[in-house]
Amino acid sequence: MLKTTPFHPRTSTLIRAQTWRRWSGYQVASSYDPIHDREYASVRNSAALFDVSPLWKYLVTGPDAARLLDRIVTRDVTKCQVGQVLYTPWCDSGGKVIDDGTIARLDEGTFRLTSAEPNLRWLAMNAVGMSVQVEDVSERMGALALQGPLSRAILQQVSPADLAALKYFRLTQTTIRDIPVTISRTGYTGDLGYEIWVDSARAVPLWDALMEAGNGYGITPAGIWALDVARIEAGLVMLDVDYHSAHHALIEDQKSSPFELSLGWTVSLTKGAYNGRRALAAEKARGSVWGFVGLDVDWESLERLHAVHHLPPQLPTVAWRQSTPVYRNGKQIGYASSGCWSPLLKKYLALAHLQAPHFAPGTQVAMEVTVEHQRKQADAVVGKLPFFDPDRKRA
Amino acid sequence: MTAKRYDAIVIGGGHNGLVTAAYLARAGRKTLVLEKRDLLGGAAVTEEVFPGFKYSVFSYVVSLLRPEIIRDLELPKHGLQILPLESTVTPMENGDYLGSWADPDESRRELMRHSPRDVEAIAQFGRLMHHMAMAVRPILGMVPPDPTSLAPSDLAGMLKLGGHFRSLGAERFHALYKLMTMSSADYLDEWFEFDTLKATKSASGIIGTFLGPRSPGTAYVLLHHYMGEIDGAFRAWGFQKGGTGGISEAIGNAARALGAEIRTGAAVEQVLVKDGRVTGVALASGEEIAAPIVASGLDPRQTFMRLVDPKQLPADLVEGVARFKFRGSSGKVNLALSGLPDLTCLPGVGPHLRGAISMSPSVDYLERAYDDAKYGNFSQHPYMDIVIPSMIDPDMAPPGKHVMSIFVQYAPYNLTGGWTDAKREAFGDAVVDTLAQRAPNLKSLILHRQVMTPADVERITGLSEGNIFGGELALNQLFFLRPVPEWAKYRTPIRGYWQCGAGTHPGGGIMGATGRLAALEILKGA
Repeated sequence: MLKTTPFHPRTSTLIRAQTWRRWSGYQVASSYDPIHDREYASVRNSAALFDVSPLWKYLVTGPDAARLLDRIVTRDVTKCQVGQVLYTPWCDSGGKVIDDGTIARLDEGTFRLTSAEPNLRWLAMNAVGMSVQVEDVSERMGALALQGPLSRAILQQVSPADLAALKYFRLTQTTIRDIPVTISRTGYTGDLGYEIWVDSARAVPLWDALMEAGNGYGITPAGIWALDVARIEAGLVMLDVDYHSAHHALIEDQKSSPFELSLGWTVSLTKGAYNGRRALAAEKARGSVWGFVGLDVDWESLERLHAVHHLPPQLPTVAWRQSTPVYRNGKQIGYASSGCWSPLLKKYLALAHLQAPHFAPGTQVAMEVTVEHQRKQADAVVGKLPFFDPDRKRA
Repeated sequence: MTAKRYDAIVIGGGHNGLVTAAYLARAGRKTLVLEKRDLLGGAAVTEEVFPGFKYSVFSYVVSLLRPEIIRDLELPKHGLQILPLESTVTPMENGDYLGSWADPDESRRELMRHSPRDVEAIAQFGRLMHHMAMAVRPILGMVPPDPTSLAPSDLAGMLKLGGHFRSLGAERFHALYKLMTMSSADYLDEWFEFDTLKATKSASGIIGTFLGPRSPGTAYVLLHHYMGEIDGAFRAWGFQKGGTGGISEAIGNAARALGAEIRTGAAVEQVLVKDGRVTGVALASGEEIAAPIVASGLDPRQTFMRLVDPKQLPADLVEGVARFKFRGSSGKVNLALSGLPDLTCLPGVGPHLRGAISMSPSVDYLERAYDDAKYGNFSQHPYMDIVIPSMIDPDMAPPGKHVMSIFVQYAPYNLTGGWTDAKREAFGDAVVDTLAQRAPNLKSLILHRQVMTPADVERITGLSEGNIFGGELALNQLFFLRPVPEWAKYRTPIRGYWQCGAGTHPGGGIMGATGRLAALEILKGA
């Protein structure tokens, strides 16, 4: 039996084509309308409301809470101020990524960790001898992501918090229509947006309050199909799609380091000891074998490949997640792990793992495409991530 | 003459003029755009006429904006953001409606309510139109070859064209021939039985023409609809964020980024010519600006009869331009609303308010609307294509309030007795009254009303007789006949003087194709 999220009483009445999907054992909407175009558009045009409750959530408390997290993740948690949120991966001792998520410092000795996979055992293993409690609050808490240029205007209708003053990757403990919530200026879309954390028992009234406040602002419940397009435009990696957890990989080649996922910026080599540090320092010194980059697939090349069959380019209507070979001069040099047509940028985009030295921006490569059942190669150019990075995200 | 020199001047900051300027600047030409109004865009402008409410004053949706222009000018980077306009609902005279939705399955089920036969027909019709659009579409990207010329470039062009048509096969070629010669009503009669479906489809064949659905030649325009769908992924059809002015801004931003200079509030009075060659332009202010190339984005009448002295032009060209038909036939009503209209056929707030609402219940309804216009009146019950932009882009109106854009046909430029303020308001009343029959709460919601007749379109944008396409889009005025035979390749008899507006091939709509093709020809010739 799949679980339902605390917002299910509302989401289940909106999902017109019953397009549910699984996420961490929960059922969530792929999209609410049969076609997700409008849900995606709301992320870049007004505001999309995503139910992200299936995220794993851990409350880490006690005098050693910061110490525990600091020894697990690659970023320097000791520098995380109260009210700050860190995005970070965490690694095994070989410096390969286990998972990625956010660490929110709620007060001096209280953190909330989110993750894609369960991490309770890993946290406990690393907490030996420390004065720290780790509690899985995944089911106790619902989470919504309100993402898009009008998200702030909507929240400001229903919350006393000064959201204009809330900076990127900061949080505030406040209320929405008298419901206690944490609002963090975070998200998975690369746009202006917020995530709202609430006691599951108050989830439905929170949903109603936001939908009512957002009515004049084009608020649109949106599903994972829309989210997937937005996160590819934002160049954000997804576990089990763009990389595999070091804890689940069957062979060494299936693992990735943070450097190999374009997450080098999250790796601190100046802070204290943590899992994977030595391996990461060594990798940094010798250079990474793989790079994670954006591919911009040439439209005219797609047109040429299809014109042979008297067809216009045919593209997948939802973001794809199949490993797809990438070539340079006829030789495979890597693979794309997800991709989509960007309705905003009017480009066919992919996220790709490429071997050194082929991941330099501007490198001309070719990505495999299937045209009328035949494997072909479309021209593509390597670019830096993110593809889309509007000023309003941080402003 | 002022000291500043330019390689090229573009007259008119409409979207085609801006595209021309951007391409010229991209090729390194020092380019100046001169726009008479204080805002860019020509007929693609957004204006806050009533505080807090933004109107796409004239043109209101994007159709067929060429993908190569979007790419070449990197328009998304400069603000192009086309939002989905997913549905069309046609209220019927019996109180029912016909809906066409984003999801093809839902659309099929909806049409099934009215005609199970037409559900099958529409799929086959769509396939045929797809093939014909594939064959015809390359024409949008080519300089029209002269079929009477033996010049190698013309022969090559005709050969290329012949190749496209031959790829159709006999059956589809015959269908294309019918499409070029028949009326949209007759053509659709061959396929469909459900009147409201035929009326709604045929409406796209009459937009911007002074023809009715039963007038021969209107079937061809049906094809344009399908051309946009070929570039499906590009979604060149939809609603620009911020209104159509946002497209003009994006193209203007791209042109500036490429080095073009844009001056607004600079009306060109005259194109300066010496010894058969352009030397620059003179502004209404008296200022003169020199340039060896001047491209006019204005329509053929303005380009040949006003900006230059027709005496300097060959008589047959002058005669051709004089005969070129404008006869603006459409108007626009923009409303600021305190709430949402409630359709009797589909009560309440629903997805239908996020798409188009088409007032085209039957072919007779449309033809009667044309009958009024034929004899010099505006339609008492006009065809209307309605969208509520604030339902798609909330920034168009204050929260909870709305703007409504109503494209109206027919409103003849040559109204009997001429357009007056009283007649403009009577026309606005006819529009609102007709719509209020299907949405009874409409009148109580209206906070502000803007009515644009063809005379207003002409007065404000300069488009002759208020024709939104810079000249009627009729078969006898398309391709190598647009605007005049032998002068359909953007050139003029005056050296250095070029045409780049919608009065040239392939015509109007926010397509940008004429602007691009003109620029490429200028760069070839310069």
